[in-house]
Amino acid sequence: MAKKTAYMGMLTALAMVFSYIEFLLPINLGVPGVKLGLANMVVMVALYTNSARAAFGLSLVRILLTGFTFGNLSTMIYSLAGGMLSLAIMILAKKSNLFSVNGVSVLGGVFHNMGQIAVAAVVVETAGLWYYLPLLILSGTISGILIGVLSSILIRHLTKMMNDMQNEND
Amino acid sequence: MERSVVRADLNIMKRNDVVLIAALVLLALMVFTGVKLYSRFSTDEPEAVVYLNGEEKGRYPLSHNITIEVRQDNGAYNIFQIKNGKADITEASCPDKVCVNHRPVSRQGESLICLPNQVVVEIENGEKTKIDADTN
Repeated sequence: MAKKTAYMGMLTALAMVFSYIEFLLPINLGVPGVKLGLANMVVMVALYTNSARAAFGLSLVRILLTGFTFGNLSTMIYSLAGGMLSLAIMILAKKSNLFSVNGVSVLGGVFHNMGQIAVAAVVVETAGLWYYLPLLILSGTISGILIGVLSSILIRHLTKMMNDMQNEND
Repeated sequence: MERSVVRADLNIMKRNDVVLIAALVLLALMVFTGVKLYSRFSTDEPEAVVYLNGEEKGRYPLSHNITIEVRQDNGAYNIFQIKNGKADITEASCPDKVCVNHRPVSRQGESLICLPNQVVVEIENGEKTKIDADTN
């Protein structure tokens, strides 16, 4: 239990640092909402090395903490919608066993953007949002692939490391 | 050594992953062309819309010069003209001639109104007025 607490605490801190990095160095392509989603790497690691519940808790805590620290209520609502939708889809995609880490990450990236655009549709009610949709699908796919590749490396090494530690303790 | 690690991880990409990525790219392209086509057909061209008794009687693009007589059963008439990208009422049977004296209109939301004959000409999709653009 203590080990899990320490592990999850470390991952939460890491996710917050990644969010902060993206807040400091935004990739500005002229389209709002396009970003790498480094924090999702940590969520992926939690999802694969721990449990769906742990990943959910991590994601929620990260969004609330970064929202209070660097953002405001409106950015928090956007993050929450994107983060929760993408996590729900990722959990389902992982359960379905249809995809590897890469596919799950791509779905997460795309649905993160979908969640955000859904909130934007409710808030601003503009047809102009449809123009963003293809760009957001593409950017979600590309960042999903990048994050997926990185995550799968991390997950492989972390799983091995954790198994080794387990064996040493036994 | 490090390089082979990366390659191994790229190789574990399942066939489904590739199908998923291809499907998403295709979807993005489809939405993109869909939006493009939609915006082409829902014309952004400025038009003059003619209403008679509140009912739409016709839409005329401001890019084509045209002269139309709006004649009603009771003999009332308005001669409506589009010339050089502006809509104007040049002649009318009404007593006050407010619509005839009104300057030609071409900007978004501007209108020519003939109350006695219940004829309204309104500009849609027109260029926004300068004042609005500045104060925005």
